[in-house]
Amino acid sequence: MNYLNIPYRIFPLGDSAITVDFGNVIDEAVNNEVIGRFHQLKNYPLHGMIEMIPAYSSLTIRYDVCTVRKNTTIDITAFDWMKNKLDELLQLPMSAPQTSSRLLQIPVCYENGFAPDIKQLAAIKNLSVEEVIQVHTAREYKVYMLGFLPGFAYMGELDERIAIPRKAQPQITFPGSVGIAGKQTGIYPLRSPGGWQIIGRTPLKLFDADREDPTLFQAGDTVQFYSITENNFYEIQNSLSFKRGDWSKV
Amino acid sequence: MSLKVIKAGILDTIQDMGRYGYQQLGINPNGAMDKYAMQIANALVGNDLQEAVIELHFPGSVFRFTQPTLIALSGADFSPSINGVPVPLHHCIAVNKKDELQFNKPVSGARAYIAVHGGLEIKEWLQSSSTNLKAGAGGFQGRNLYKNDELLLKSKNEIYYLLHDNDFKILPWFAGFAANENSQEIFFLPGNEWEWLTEESKTIFTTTPFVITEQSDRMGYRLGNTPLITLTNEEVVSSAVGFGTIQLLPDGKLIVLMADHQTTGGYPRVAHVITAHQSRLAQMKTGDEIWFRLTDHQTAEELLVKQQQHLLQLQNACIFRLQEYLHANRY
Repeated sequence: MNYLNIPYRIFPLGDSAITVDFGNVIDEAVNNEVIGRFHQLKNYPLHGMIEMIPAYSSLTIRYDVCTVRKNTTIDITAFDWMKNKLDELLQLPMSAPQTSSRLLQIPVCYENGFAPDIKQLAAIKNLSVEEVIQVHTAREYKVYMLGFLPGFAYMGELDERIAIPRKAQPQITFPGSVGIAGKQTGIYPLRSPGGWQIIGRTPLKLFDADREDPTLFQAGDTVQFYSITENNFYEIQNSLSFKRGDWSKV
Repeated sequence: MSLKVIKAGILDTIQDMGRYGYQQLGINPNGAMDKYAMQIANALVGNDLQEAVIELHFPGSVFRFTQPTLIALSGADFSPSINGVPVPLHHCIAVNKKDELQFNKPVSGARAYIAVHGGLEIKEWLQSSSTNLKAGAGGFQGRNLYKNDELLLKSKNEIYYLLHDNDFKILPWFAGFAANENSQEIFFLPGNEWEWLTEESKTIFTTTPFVITEQSDRMGYRLGNTPLITLTNEEVVSSAVGFGTIQLLPDGKLIVLMADHQTTGGYPRVAHVITAHQSRLAQMKTGDEIWFRLTDHQTAEELLVKQQQHLLQLQNACIFRLQEYLHANRY
């Protein structure tokens, strides 16, 4: 299967990184192209490439200027060399990524103590709290990108019925807090100031420095939430502390 | 055999060239703020340039050595002394068991570096020894140094024969530097949203000084500028940012992202500080003024390559001098 041939633009991100931009939009087809190209470059890395950062609609590649320039003539900058290589690569059709998209089921407790903003959201949206939970757990979300904090996944697309702008003032947010911002949903992996509207909390650890894969999510994952009680929450949390770093069995 | 913290500094951490390869998971790279100074210190003690070092802010920690070793100091001048005797930056210094290193007053710069011959015994996290304070991982127990922390040294290399009594010795060579003329000048490349700025705002950017405010740390420097204005209300969908990225905040002020920057951001990227000038920027502090100067890729890359060549030359010269010296003083 080939992805859509989406128009792109390449621009420098300073002197040591280059960004391929597919359109400054939040769109699943565009993001599929980003993730697809990310896997393509992972399999065929460019000379001098250090790492890649996929985002909603862009893929950024960091490179080592000195390494790239050793391979080029004096007339061409490392940036131009990278740009030419990327242009060539982006002409090639791209097959579906080898890594199959994983479906992750995430337990969330939507009860009062864990959901400081859910009542107000329900009121603004003319829904009952139960309806908010029902809408949030109804569909599968795609992890478009990770960023902001270690393991913070930006997911979408949210049902319009529960979409709400972020808070005017960021507040301290606890690890595991499930939030909404516009048509995105996400989970705070660490305690942090945050502006997303918090509607629940998961007992899972989204970030664990001791694990080989320190973050639970990867860009491209599929996520579905399911509702749990406060008792379930503490049961899962306690069982996790016995098998620290192992969330695969939850 | 170690380097022991006998009094804690305000923010001293273990850093190296940074943790790359994990930004796709939202894990920010960290690393030394002034990587050039860090590498100079490593070169002076005969290390790999990328070896992890201690980065200090003022007031810095007081350290006691529990074994003889070689150290070098670089970056900011915090008026260092060993056992109360002032010691210079950019030298290789043989220190003895029980010697105490301290930093007395901030003279210039913002971040000082200590490199130890052979390096520090640090358990790598995700292929780097840099401290990630937010994640509480990497470096020394994922945090800044506290009193009584003991940093183990990798090298048990006995250099005691260099020291005849319980005191230190400054070895007879040093890293020379061209005078850093007009170091307030910071070269930049236009960012993707540079053209969003009005002509007037672009002129302000390139012709007036920008003062570094108190809201400045390892994550970024907030600049106190007359608000810049954009021609568009368009928004940026979150995308990668980097060390040196200059973002325009909603209030028209600027923030320059530094070593502990987030991996992605959604503010307009109006400019990027070139890599070769990040070291200069890292040594600026609250109240200092920055003059931004537009440059191009060719210049930015050449300056970076030149810096790298200088470091490699320095490293070769230091290894040669060190071997020669150790050999001559062995018996």
